[in-house]
Amino acid sequence: MPVIETQGLTKRYPRVTALDDLDLTVGDGITGLVGANGAGKSTLIKILLGLVPATSGSASVLSHDIGTEGAAIRALVGYMPEHDCLPADVSASDFVVHLGQMSGLPYPAARERAADVLRHVGLAEERYRPMGGYSTGMKQRAKLAQALVHDPRLVLLDEPTNGLDPASRDSMLDLVKRIGSDFGIAVLVTSHLLGELERVSDHVIVLDSGALLRSSATTDFLHTTGSLLVEVQGRPDADRLLGQALVEAGLQARPAGGVLIEVDVADEHTPDVIRDLTVDLGLGLVRMQERHHRIEDVFREEVATGVHPDAQRP
Amino acid sequence: MSTPTPSAPDERAGAVIHDLGYRGYDGPRLGETAVARALFTTGLRNCFGLGRSGRSKILPMVLLGLILLPALILVGILVQGRQLLHLDDQIVPYTTYPLTTQLLVSVFVAAQAPALISRDLRFGTITLYLARPIRRTTYVLVRLASLTGATFVLVGLPLLLMYAGGLLADLPPGRETGRILVALAGAMLLAACLAGPAAVVSALTTRRGLAVAGVIVILLVSYTAVAIIQGIATDTQHELVGQIAGMFSPYTLVNGLEHVVFDTKAATPTPPEGAGLGAAYLGVAVLTVLGSVGAMLWRYREVSS
Repeated sequence: MPVIETQGLTKRYPRVTALDDLDLTVGDGITGLVGANGAGKSTLIKILLGLVPATSGSASVLSHDIGTEGAAIRALVGYMPEHDCLPADVSASDFVVHLGQMSGLPYPAARERAADVLRHVGLAEERYRPMGGYSTGMKQRAKLAQALVHDPRLVLLDEPTNGLDPASRDSMLDLVKRIGSDFGIAVLVTSHLLGELERVSDHVIVLDSGALLRSSATTDFLHTTGSLLVEVQGRPDADRLLGQALVEAGLQARPAGGVLIEVDVADEHTPDVIRDLTVDLGLGLVRMQERHHRIEDVFREEVATGVHPDAQRP
Repeated sequence: MSTPTPSAPDERAGAVIHDLGYRGYDGPRLGETAVARALFTTGLRNCFGLGRSGRSKILPMVLLGLILLPALILVGILVQGRQLLHLDDQIVPYTTYPLTTQLLVSVFVAAQAPALISRDLRFGTITLYLARPIRRTTYVLVRLASLTGATFVLVGLPLLLMYAGGLLADLPPGRETGRILVALAGAMLLAACLAGPAAVVSALTTRRGLAVAGVIVILLVSYTAVAIIQGIATDTQHELVGQIAGMFSPYTLVNGLEHVVFDTKAATPTPPEGAGLGAAYLGVAVLTVLGSVGAMLWRYREVSS
């Protein structure tokens, strides 16, 4: 059963179309929602929560229709907005307890849950101080804690790493990963930084100008770009020689800067073929490594060419 | 998938217990009524700075102290000097007390309405409320109720103190009970008439200072203007002008209404007389409350973040 499903979801503002006929399915686990600023990520989240009405189309969250069962959805979903949302003169502890109550938890349960989630997000003694004095990293943690306090079945995290330094960014991403894997809560996390989502998400959805550019498992993204980097020596033109031999053997090979050759992996025998050809040519194999492609590379190519990912490079 | 998790750099040794594991929640989830009640209580507490930073407590607590002080002194005089001064009544009528202390009440409302209403808009906290099951309308009504309730506490508490003092001084209990009930009902109406417009002004701006100034202007200036007009009207024998002017400040409005309906001692020189003016006063009061509620609902209908 999909966690989120949309059909022809469209949101038009007077001047812009934020979402354009979007068909989407989001399953369990961690799903990354990627797109440039203004691609429609935040709009999609707000529509799913019922904060903003859709212009047309339909969507359901955890089998509840967004149009008619908004309250039921909001009871089951945690939301961490992108922008600031913390009052300055209240402590994180009091605030998270209060929002737990706002989600229907009785006061004692809200207190217990608040203490629990604040510990999980890593707010220790500072939770008793007014949030106005928090660093950006602490504010993001408090925002995350309020999204988790009512033990939701799905959390919508809008740019959780926004404005964080590299160390805080890493620990925030670790947290997101733990929410999906250890806590067993489905996660939809947005970012305009693809490298981040590659690390944490099981599935990546790419939005561009409010339309779906691509939706697939993170491993698929990386798999389609699987290639090997090969370096050989023994003769001055060793790389050209091997490249020629590889192409003749039916493999896709091209120069990859310097003396390196990039070879597309056709099947599991490709490394063996490269090794044998090198030996046949009397060359020395210096190294053969997997080229670590990133989602970013795929994304860049797709946006640039506007074609499907399965299309091979020219 | 066994990547070692590096400990976060900002964790202090011994400060956190690790790896207790995540626990879900299977307990009851309460409905909107209980949620609304919790929101009301928190809002009420927040109005007096409770559950907020230490600094937020100073002003409301000082105001509460200041508004109780005259009542305490009056009670002291009544209890101690009743025989000596031949008192057989409250020195200041219950219904007049809110007008006597109107400055404190206005400052309280002007300071706390923005703290309660503008704050959610300024910090974007409203999004977190709207992202929860509670309906938008419920949120708005409960916020209004919290502010009204807090104002009622401030206006009503000294009255109750005077009432207790009156009973202690052996004033006729039946008469005093009747009067205090009328005064408390009036205090409730006054609180609603003060909180409503103050909430509307606070909801129109996210700037706290602007909201405070706006509410101060509306409450203090209107009262002062009404008092001046009524003074002039009495001196120049134009009582009707003064009676009509009384409708333009919540304090004189409620006091006038109490006078017309329950024949309480008027606190202004030109209280409304007759059913016609009484109906007009009632209409203005109802309009103030319902108008504020309507304006608030209208203001929040499209707030999304």
